[in-house]
Amino acid sequence: MKTANKKVTAERLVRDALEKAKHFADYNIFTFLNEDGAIRRAREIDKRIARGEKIGRLAGVPYALKDNFLSPDGETTASAHILEGFKSPITATAVAKLEAEGAIMIGRTNLDAFAHGSSTENSYFGPTLNSVDKTRVAGGSSGGSAVAVALDIVEFATGTDTGGSIRQPASFNGVYGLKPTYGCISRYGVVAMASSTDCIGFFTKTPDDMDLLMSIASGQDAKDMTTLPDYYNDNTEFAHKKVRIGIIKDFDNDSVDKEIRAALKTKCELLKSKGHEIVELEMPALKYALAAYYIIVPAEVASNLSRYDGIRYGFRSDESDVLDDLYFNTRSEGFMPENKRRIMIGNFVLSSGFYDAYFLKAAKARTLIIKEYEKAFKKCDFILTPVSPNLAFRLGEKVNDPVSMYLEDVMSVPLNLAGVPGLTIPAGKAKSGLTVGIQMIGPRRSDKALIEFSKELSEDD
Amino acid sequence: MDIKREDILHLAELSEFTLDESEVDSLGRDLKDIIKYISQLDELDTSKIEPTYQVFEMENVWREDKILEQDATREELLALTKHEKDNQIKVPKVL
Repeated sequence: MKTANKKVTAERLVRDALEKAKHFADYNIFTFLNEDGAIRRAREIDKRIARGEKIGRLAGVPYALKDNFLSPDGETTASAHILEGFKSPITATAVAKLEAEGAIMIGRTNLDAFAHGSSTENSYFGPTLNSVDKTRVAGGSSGGSAVAVALDIVEFATGTDTGGSIRQPASFNGVYGLKPTYGCISRYGVVAMASSTDCIGFFTKTPDDMDLLMSIASGQDAKDMTTLPDYYNDNTEFAHKKVRIGIIKDFDNDSVDKEIRAALKTKCELLKSKGHEIVELEMPALKYALAAYYIIVPAEVASNLSRYDGIRYGFRSDESDVLDDLYFNTRSEGFMPENKRRIMIGNFVLSSGFYDAYFLKAAKARTLIIKEYEKAFKKCDFILTPVSPNLAFRLGEKVNDPVSMYLEDVMSVPLNLAGVPGLTIPAGKAKSGLTVGIQMIGPRRSDKALIEFSKELSEDD
Repeated sequence: MDIKREDILHLAELSEFTLDESEVDSLGRDLKDIIKYISQLDELDTSKIEPTYQVFEMENVWREDKILEQDATREELLALTKHEKDNQIKVPKVL
């Protein structure tokens, strides 16, 4: 990470990043550019550097913040109309930790509203374009963050991953994207989507940058009771020993793009040539992960999004004479169609009469999926799979067909249900020039080992 | 399973939003497709399986019974609405 010093000032780094952000304005990456705030902060840091003070491991490093992280810099909208005008007095713990090390937020990035989507097309601010082909989607929901890193506007960006929202856009734009173990990083001050699967993570260009960010951001937070005591920085036992890599047989089929399958095979050959062992796995329960996910997550979404009522913050519809109308009008106007779909599905699967058949059934399927991973990690150290079945698809191609959009998540959601970490690793380009990524999965708390081992795969690029 | 127009309107009511006619049609179609997809869980035998609702390794975390420092003041929170009057938030009549 290029940090500021007496020769290369923080202000220089920030101005360069802002200039690039403006240069790429047509990609619709940012919902807000933090020009004044970022420059002011850079000058403060430069003054401290001039005085010889120690700044931190991210001194003056510009970064992009997914627009579902709360901080007083700009409005936090989650790319949703219903949060328009919401300027948070609260700073998310993850943001506070990055900025305590000297990082400077230059802008907030676009997402599918409330992180509901796999393409960043469900944004109130319109879609973000793919970094290599402007007729294609950025992936999502953290599309803006992935493109900001891919186009070298910033060296890192934050993301959230509830079912693939970091790993899939990372893959669609050729960068590293990590969804850590559930509970690794505090979610305090991040707009909740599905509390039992939401994770915070990062986009970077290198595994070393990922490691640095993880070592800064992870750890227990009294403000988020689901955080684990810091294990990331204690986890030093992993070295480049010979490892066993699991490959899931069922994922090697015609529903997966040929070039993605080829990239995966090439990486397996590379690992074999380095003396690692490839183990074939059967994980039949994963077939049901997507169905379970699209029951559990909408149920949690319906609950988490019931707080948006137009009363205390954000958008409020003006055309209401009575309180009930105010709720209904605000929510009718404020949510995107995909938000409404998920809230309605959530209320459906939680309704009396359907609860046992859907929600309870999905919670049991989740147990089977967790057991499937536990079994698999007895036979191997890591699992290597595609991130998603397709390369970046065309804008508009799937946005009106929710089930085909949901199928994009078929290989990323099982991890969220099980709470295990997954890292998207760039794996070259398809003939069309689109980027290919592969996903490496480890057992819970193996985040550092995953990042470390990913270097074995990047050395041939 | 069959999703009727009344079902869609009922779900919208539970969700506290209204749908215009085109949304009733399009969301109705979408919901039918989604429910068909998620119904494939029927194939799975879960008779002896316990449900999982969270993947956090629950541990009781103790702290002193003291009020933690607050991140936002009352004034800052009230400033988030444009409808503040006398330290209250104004809403339309309730009934």
